[in-house]
This record gives sequence, structure tokens and C-alpha cells, in this order.
Amino acid sequence: MTPVLHDWVLDAGCYRVRLLASLLGADLDLRSVDVHPGDALRSEAFLLLNPAGTLPVMEVDGSVLTDGPACLTWLAATHDAGWLGDPSPGGRAALQHWLGVSHELAATLGAARPMDMLGASGDPRPLRLAGRGHLRRLDAALARGRWDGRAFLLGDRPTIADVACFPDVALAGDCGMSLDPYPSIRLWMRAVRGLPGFVPMPGIHPLHEASPFPEDARGSGADAARGTAA
Amino acid sequence: MTIAPADRAAWYPAAPSSAVTEGHATPTVLLGEGVALFRTDGVAAATGADRRALAVTERYDHVWVCPGTPDRALFAIPEAAMPGRRAVPCGSIHVRCSPLRAVENFLDIAHFPFIHTGILGEEPHTEVNRYDVRIDDDLDEVWARNITFHQPQASVSAEGALDVRYEYRVPAPTTAILYKTCPARPAEWDVIAIFVQPVSEETCIAHPWMTMFDDATPHADMVAFQQTIFLQDRSILENQIPARLPLDPGMEVPTQADLTSIAYRRWLKRRGHAHGAQLVAA
Repeated sequence: MTPVLHDWVLDAGCYRVRLLASLLGADLDLRSVDVHPGDALRSEAFLLLNPAGTLPVMEVDGSVLTDGPACLTWLAATHDAGWLGDPSPGGRAALQHWLGVSHELAATLGAARPMDMLGASGDPRPLRLAGRGHLRRLDAALARGRWDGRAFLLGDRPTIADVACFPDVALAGDCGMSLDPYPSIRLWMRAVRGLPGFVPMPGIHPLHEASPFPEDARGSGADAARGTAA
Repeated sequence: MTIAPADRAAWYPAAPSSAVTEGHATPTVLLGEGVALFRTDGVAAATGADRRALAVTERYDHVWVCPGTPDRALFAIPEAAMPGRRAVPCGSIHVRCSPLRAVENFLDIAHFPFIHTGILGEEPHTEVNRYDVRIDDDLDEVWARNITFHQPQASVSAEGALDVRYEYRVPAPTTAILYKTCPARPAEWDVIAIFVQPVSEETCIAHPWMTMFDDATPHADMVAFQQTIFLQDRSILENQIPARLPLDPGMEVPTQADLTSIAYRRWLKRRGHAHGAQLVAA
């Protein structure tokens, strides 16, 4: 059965799930939820589905997953367990570490975003300050990994740890946080945006730089012509 | 900060109607000044910072406020009253940009293939054909007509790519209305508007709103479609330089595709609209 994702196009947590499904080539049955302005997360129907009143919600095989990393784990485990990283004790611990960090990112940068963007109630300033600490630590960890030849959080291949952390980081600009001071984060984001099957969301643009330049297209045409001549 | 008389005489959206409820005040900001919105026996009212009552009218699912003495009635959108249409308020998006920049972006077609890729445009269909723009002196509005553009997904209900006809209308300094081919009824227009609330000269709240013929699409999908488009623009809008819209023609070199923008800037200048504008080249 195709998993049903209760989805809001502007929600970073739902985007994690849409992104991983696309990277895996997995089908999702999307059901839009009118979070803003409709306030549908507080409707009786939605609260029956998820009493916490939060997204994402994924219905699969008769169970209801209401936690972003849980949805990612389910999708990876059913399609390609390589996305769960190295199954050694150290690999499993590292995966849990970064899934925990993804919750922290969502609770800081992710929580500031609707305040800045939609006028949701609350003070975004302490959340941005806490978010800055997470960005600094993430940038440092990515820099250390890069010195060891790793482009992604858990190694030289992407895992659900990258997919879990990516959206709230990439959307930092939505809550007025510049990513200019974090070069390793920007390289990592470029690597994620360059993955086959990557899909954007509003606020996260596709990687135009990855498109072939017209000169390259002509060049490959010329190479092909040479190949024919040979 | 002093506010130009023309700026004070215009109508601005101050909140979606649903945000103004009986029994308590809804605070907001217009032209840098605090405004309180109320609803009593169903009727919306507003007061300014000095508790002075402000002119209010409620239409198109929004509460409109004039901070001074209105020099005209709120513009009409006759299509809103047509039977069979659905009105869809699409939320309130805060943007760190001049309210005039938000309107100008809404009027621009040339960015569709690059920012709204796969929805409102796609490469290589990037050319904006010659179209007609004029400032209508009788209506005191900007109109752009006879625009045709290739769109992969013109609306939720569009099945496949279409050559879509467009008309644009600017009836008030911070409001723009777009009329585009209705996929379900090609003889009618889908009407999509952006009501921009000027909070300060460099911040605004955009309230997208539409009225369309579409009985099939779930409400949440229509809202999501419009929010997708507008939030794709937001990060671009927040990075435009200079932040205020230049009205001095010395600042930029327009191209053919910018005709509507040029007419809009001329019209603002002629009206004496200054809020959110850069009047003299820096």
C-alpha cells in the first residue's frame, strides 16, 4: 500500500519525507492540510489522526507515524537500508545523534520560521540564537568530516541523517538567518541539492549550477561526432 | 516619519476578515503606525495610534483601512460577485521587502521559468511576447493586456502545459490583480490578486487571494498551490537591492518584458506615492 502523507507544502518536516521519498523513488499519496490560514491542525478530524496536532503524519500499513525521523526510517527500511547508514554500533549511534540534532533544529530554526514568515505568535529571537549554536556545531562537524573525505554527515554517502537535518538548515534564510558564515554547511547543502532525485520546496531552490552549460552540451555533441567519425 | 498625503489617502489591506473577531482587538501595523481592528455586531472598525477612528471597508475576505481621508472608494473586483466562483484567501505572508517590490514582482512574467520552474514557466520557453500596457486615466489604474505565456502547470486544475492568456491590473498602490485563462472555462478569467499590507517601507504582509471557477480541487490544494508560488518568490524579494522601489528612471535599464513594471513606477510617481519607494537615485 502506498503510504499516505498528510502534507503541507511549506512545512519543513513534511518536506523531509517528500525529499527522501523522491531520492528513493518511493511513491507517496499526498493529502494537503490547510495549516495556514485554515488552522486545520486544530480541527477535530486532524486531532483524531494525531492528537499532538503536528505534521508530518504518515499512514502506513495500518499505523500512523507522527515523527519526522520515524517516517524517514520507515521509508529507508522498506526501500534501501543503505540510507540508514553503517549498521555497526558506532554507525547506529551516529545516526541517532543526528536524528536528535534534527529535532533540535526543528525546535529552534524551524520554530522561528512560522513566526517570521506567517506572524505566528512567539518571540523568534531566542530561537534564532539557539539555532545559531546548532549551525556552528553542524558546520564544525561537517568541516571535520570533509577533512576525512566525507561529504555527508555519516560518511561518503547520504543517509536519512542528512535528509532529516537539511530542511531546517536550508530554510534558515526564512527566519532571517544568513548561512554565509558556514562554508561547510553550504558545501554540504550543495551536495544534497546535487543528489539524483532531489526535489526543491518553496524557499529551497533547485541546483541550477548542476545543469549542463550550453558549451558542455555542444562539447559532448562534438565528442559524439568525433566518436562516429572514428 | 512623515507620510505623504497621497499615501494616507489610499486603501490598504489590514487583515484577513477571519482574523478580526468579536470581543477583542486585533493589533496590526500600517505605514509604520499601530492600528487596532475590531468587530462589533459583525461590522469591522479600526482605530489609529491616537485612537482616532479610521475609514474601514470590508471586501474580498479582507479588512481594508485608509489611514487618512480616502480620495475614492475601494476599487471593485466585479468578478468576485459572479455565481459559481470560489473565493480562496491564501494566508498572510510576512516579507522583508518594500510593499511596492512585492507588487512589482507579482507583475513580472519574465522570472516564471527560473523561479516557478515547471509550474508557471520552463526553459526554453522564456520569451515574453510584446504586449499592451497603459495607464488608464479614467480609472487611474495600470492595465497590461494581450499577454500570452507558455505554462507547464498554470493552475491546480490545468491538465498539461497551456499557452495561457494574462491581463494585469493595478487598482491601488499596493494591490495587483491578475486575470488568467480559466482551464475549466476558457471564456472566463481566473482572478488572482495580491493584497499587500505596507507595514514599513521595507517590510510588508502579502495576502494572496483568488476567485476561480473550480468545483473539483480540494480547498487545501488551491491554497497550497498559491502558497508554493508566493513562497518561491519570498527569498528572492528579500534579497533585492535597493530595498525600496526606485522610481527614478536613472537607476535601472528596463527591457521589453518590464513594460508593466515601468508603467507601475510611472503611475506611482504621478500619484505621489512615496512609501516604500526610492524617489531620488542613490
